[in-house]
Amino acid sequence: MSSRAFVFIIPIIVIAIFWAMAKFEYRNNNDPTRKGYFERNGKVLGIAFIALVAFWTLFLVGLPYLYMVVESFHPQLPPIKRGGPDDILTIAQYQSFLLSKHTDSINWLHISSLGFTIFVSIVVTALNFCICYPLAYYMAQTGATQKVRLLMLCLIVPYWVNEILRAFSLRLLLASKGLINQILMWVGFTDVPIDFLGNNTGLYVGLSYAYLLVMMFPLYNAIESLDKNQIEAARDLGAPWWRIHKDVVIPYAKPGIASGCTMVFMLSAGSLAAPQFLGGPRMLWFTAIIYDFFFQNFNWARGAAYSFILLAVCIALVMLLLRLFKVSLGETIR
Amino acid sequence: MNSKSVMRGMIGFYIFLFFFYLFGPLIVMSITAFNTPSYPQAYPFEGFTLDWFVKLWNHRAMMDGLKNSVIIGLGVVSLAVPIGLSAAIIMNQIYHRARGLYYLVTISPLLTPGVIIGISTVIFWKDMLGLTDFTKATFYKGIILTIFGQASFISAYCLLIFMARLTRFDRSQEEAALDLGASYPQVFWHILLPFLKPAVVSAIVIGFLSSFENYNTTTFAILADKTLVTVLAGEVRQGTNPALSALAVIIIGISLGGAIIYEILKRREQQKADLAQREAVLAERQEAVA
Repeated sequence: MSSRAFVFIIPIIVIAIFWAMAKFEYRNNNDPTRKGYFERNGKVLGIAFIALVAFWTLFLVGLPYLYMVVESFHPQLPPIKRGGPDDILTIAQYQSFLLSKHTDSINWLHISSLGFTIFVSIVVTALNFCICYPLAYYMAQTGATQKVRLLMLCLIVPYWVNEILRAFSLRLLLASKGLINQILMWVGFTDVPIDFLGNNTGLYVGLSYAYLLVMMFPLYNAIESLDKNQIEAARDLGAPWWRIHKDVVIPYAKPGIASGCTMVFMLSAGSLAAPQFLGGPRMLWFTAIIYDFFFQNFNWARGAAYSFILLAVCIALVMLLLRLFKVSLGETIR
Repeated sequence: MNSKSVMRGMIGFYIFLFFFYLFGPLIVMSITAFNTPSYPQAYPFEGFTLDWFVKLWNHRAMMDGLKNSVIIGLGVVSLAVPIGLSAAIIMNQIYHRARGLYYLVTISPLLTPGVIIGISTVIFWKDMLGLTDFTKATFYKGIILTIFGQASFISAYCLLIFMARLTRFDRSQEEAALDLGASYPQVFWHILLPFLKPAVVSAIVIGFLSSFENYNTTTFAILADKTLVTVLAGEVRQGTNPALSALAVIIIGISLGGAIIYEILKRREQQKADLAQREAVLAERQEAVA
């Protein structure tokens, strides 16, 4: 258990360092108006606040994540052997992502699945930005207040229908016996039903549909705070409409755009329902591989390693893009 | 003028398309809930029926799942709302050099895929609760792990809601109360908490609904138990069934009802505010005349 116990030492050290720093700093600049934490909040409330936050940040967030990472560096063992002599640190799980186990050839199946997942997520993010931007702009800048509130309400209602049922509704539409194929065949566009689910159209539509509003709200909030006079000024100076967007609105709304895109990208890359119910039979989504490691192979260590790979690749990509567009992460999460 | 009306028409058409995309699938699904064929179809409409609602009502697994979902939702709310509130208060008081890390840790569940939250919760708590036989027998349960997993990111929603409200808090109110001899805990209970009440209400509503409809985290953390959403996922995987459409109709109906009530309350509030403003303006004018 020693390598796993290490997980608990990390937060203790971090907290101790900050605590010592704070102590040191407050002692040095002697500020008589400063009140101690318990003086400010009272004993009972002070302890309650700290206990709740500590439980959350340590036991629900920090420790489980660290523990999962450590687990991914262990071999897959039956429960009895855990903590025994076979329970060593190993990078076998990460190796198995790159190389197939028996043949030692490159594991194209899983690598291309990760690439496909990332690619589709990027396309869906771009698609949702294009769909949402005009409406967000209209609601934030030109629409009348009453009308905007009504539109807002219309946006929220479908959001409370859960992901599974929304995927189900799309499946009804896109199936070979579905309404869209019925219409296409009635119009005479095609004689045989088009296999929307098999050719992955369903996957793109499903992901886009599921996270439409995740894009909408950050965009709306960002554009809403833009002063209308700036747009007026640009128009008076003779800017065509596309330049107003390119040089005034989009640069201003960049943090909101970044946060919407980050959220949609992360959500689609980590989504489970839409690929499960709307993807084609030959399509392999990366979370589906993780799902199978957990529920079919019971290989938790490998599932943890794959989860960590997914998380690391997604975060690296998001950071890279934020750097490219010169937005700071702090601005994004507001 | 002419190009302007063309532009208007285009915007109108675009808004129509957008909401058609948003509502179209839901409307088609709703129609299938009232159609007789056992394969959910909207057209041709072969006959009106409410049988699928009856079938839904008699679906044992779904009703058990619904019960678990409600229990989990209540558990998550009673954990996440106090956590979010405490975290928001500590955010203002924490040692300034630690604030960046603290913010990062509290917000990270929002950017972590739900699948990974579920997996890490199960891996961690399996070993934690497995330390003694007692904890394993009492607490190592799908419902409890799901509450933990969901609370980790729903607390972050709550934190953001409380932080947004706290930025508008007028510090002078607190100072006034302190000058009048109130203690800090009294300020919390009698001034801060009443001020935060709207945020508490929205945190409860949003927390419960997000818990209720969560799939990615739940499917891992629920272990052998079931929630409504995991039962639904199983049904959809097996095939299509108009009883699912019937459930969707009920959910859409409830959220539409909620939205309409919300809108009416908002309008009433607006009218009251408008009236108060008009009276204030009138009173001011009279004063000026006098």
